[in-house]
Amino acid sequence: MPHTSFSRKHGGDQSDGSGSAPKSQRAKMGRATEDNEKKSLNKRLKDVEISVPIVYGTISFWLGKKASEYHSHKWTVYVRGATNEDLSVVVKRAVFQLHPSFNNPTRVVESPPFELSESGWGEFEIAITLYFHSDVSDKQLDLYHHLKLYPEEESGPQSTKKPVVVESYDEIVFSEPSEGFFARVQNHPAVIVPRLPASFNLPPVPIENDNEKKRGDTKDHPLSQWFMNFSEADELLKLAAARQQLLDVVASNDIPKWEGKDISI
Amino acid sequence: MDAKDILGLPKTPFSATQEKKSRPQKDSQRKPDGISREVYALTGGLAPLMPSIDLSQLKRRSQPDKEKITWQWLSFTNSARPDNLQLSHWVRVVNDVPPTGDYSFAKYNKSVDIVKYTDEEYEKHLIDPVDAINYQSKLQGFSDIMWTKEETDQLFNLCEQFDLRFILIADRLPSSRTVEELKRRYYSVSRALAVARTPSSDDVSGHSLVKEPYNVSQEVERKRALSMVLSQTKQQERKDAEVLAEAKRIIESRVIAKGAEEAELPLTLSVGPESTERATFPAESVSPASNPQLPAATVAPPTSAADSASIPASLRMLRVYLRTNALDQMVQAASSSAGLRTIKRVDQTLQHLGVNLKPKIPTKAVCGEHLELRKEILTLLNLQKQLQYKEAEGSSHRDSSYTETPSTPKRSHRGGDQDRSFIPDSISFGGERVGKRDQKRKAPGRFSEAPPSPPQSKRARKLKASDG
Repeated sequence: MPHTSFSRKHGGDQSDGSGSAPKSQRAKMGRATEDNEKKSLNKRLKDVEISVPIVYGTISFWLGKKASEYHSHKWTVYVRGATNEDLSVVVKRAVFQLHPSFNNPTRVVESPPFELSESGWGEFEIAITLYFHSDVSDKQLDLYHHLKLYPEEESGPQSTKKPVVVESYDEIVFSEPSEGFFARVQNHPAVIVPRLPASFNLPPVPIENDNEKKRGDTKDHPLSQWFMNFSEADELLKLAAARQQLLDVVASNDIPKWEGKDISI
Repeated sequence: MDAKDILGLPKTPFSATQEKKSRPQKDSQRKPDGISREVYALTGGLAPLMPSIDLSQLKRRSQPDKEKITWQWLSFTNSARPDNLQLSHWVRVVNDVPPTGDYSFAKYNKSVDIVKYTDEEYEKHLIDPVDAINYQSKLQGFSDIMWTKEETDQLFNLCEQFDLRFILIADRLPSSRTVEELKRRYYSVSRALAVARTPSSDDVSGHSLVKEPYNVSQEVERKRALSMVLSQTKQQERKDAEVLAEAKRIIESRVIAKGAEEAELPLTLSVGPESTERATFPAESVSPASNPQLPAATVAPPTSAADSASIPASLRMLRVYLRTNALDQMVQAASSSAGLRTIKRVDQTLQHLGVNLKPKIPTKAVCGEHLELRKEILTLLNLQKQLQYKEAEGSSHRDSSYTETPSTPKRSHRGGDQDRSFIPDSISFGGERVGKRDQKRKAPGRFSEAPPSPPQSKRARKLKASDG
């Protein structure tokens, strides 16, 4: 399956944005629902997983002339959809736990975009806790990110124009989602949903208001110019090349010496 | 202080004096009736957990019985003696009646029943036949001269005298016959006599000698094998044990492979005829895959099929998790069987291949590929390790003659180098280090210092296809 998954296309919606991950397919599907809708909404779909690709990180600007001793940088920590889609379809709220030296270090963000801006002078680890809607999951998810204010290279004086951006890509996987959740998000661009067989009946979902939907996404975010692009194609290619290289090694029965050391034991 | 507690000794001197005063009283109190104080002290001064001596019995025994017991010095005869010598000993006399019966040890005077033959019988049956058996034993190199009557008589006398202890008999006989030859003569004579003396053949067929006649050559062989086993050195014993263990393992693995094949066969049969072709291929690749010589490629298909369903149960319980965490867990599970060094080498290999140790963009596809790649590297490394072990073993067997004479290191080096053509010693020791494996040797340059290095390590270097 991993070999050919990127060549398969999902028949339904494609998420927009560059380099989005293609929808993946799963082997086995769940059972069909017939009875009470309420009951069926809570039923779990076996061997199905819904994944939500997210990007979380920090962008920090040096304040330049306006910098003071305790407020030298202005930074923003956020969690966004990998393709800048609205995450509020799954995320109910995000809680950012800052350094105790901050006032009210526990910051709660109830609505998208799930971000928080602050100013400070020091680097520390921010704990982000995501809470999901009740039909999604009653468990929370913790992410950790190290706030970076100073650039890697000593490039001389810092620039107020060029921020220090650190983003991490990850995917939230919901295994065995409830049917209600599945039905609600099956057509949402922020969510990767596997294809279920046609015989599977899901209750219809009310069409959401476009305007409301627009507000939560980060496509027009002021900082969007700094967002990194994550393309899995690159990594996939590298991995495929590596595996091919391994096969060549095996076939030729030649143990290559990398940097003068052999890999045999 | 605790030690004193355990021993029950007094903690302070003051209490000790108290103890001393009370002790004699306690002693006299505790002295039981029936045995004296000193005897009681012999048992440790403490009462046994279970009464070892029945005290009431002791008292009763001292009383005289209804019978009158005396001990008298009387003479006796021993039926085991051929002469009529009368010796004397103490006898327990009950009520003035001395005991009757033979000397109590006479019953142990047992001896073997040697057959005895008359001259007539000898003439008729027992002349040492020059027959096939004898001829064959001559072919095998036994110097079994024909037995004369005198020799046979002598043999039988000695047999009776020494109760068929053939080793003694062999020593006593002047002729230089082996123990097996003596045995052969004796048993064949006995057999012939047994057969000849009975009226019908039925009675005799149950006789052990008739059923299983003494087989000289077999006996000789057996004794030779026994002596060989006895004189095996410790090293040989170890080698034998290793070979046996190896054989056992091979047989077991064959049984398992056979079992796997058989298990696959019912599956393929149930799937259906059209898919048998596809199904038998994996079946075949699974069973040879147990044979470690197969390249990693064919191992991949069965593992990838299983992988898609094997989300760790712990993650499934969570229901919500980050894909990177899931990947970490799966990577750990995959490398759980490998040692730390192996894991490090997997990471090294990944780096050399230009792959991030943790994928930057962990999508489902990327994570799957990453995991597969790690597994393949692990398999490759394991196979290489096994290959080297096999090669080292093979070379150690070949070089065993070299290692037996660890004379000068020079010579053993020379022996190992014979396999690598035209490699002067100077390069192999002083020059570049081809591999880390042999770096356990400390001073490569000087012959006198280098220990008689096991040629295995040198042979293993050959693997790298280095030519200098």
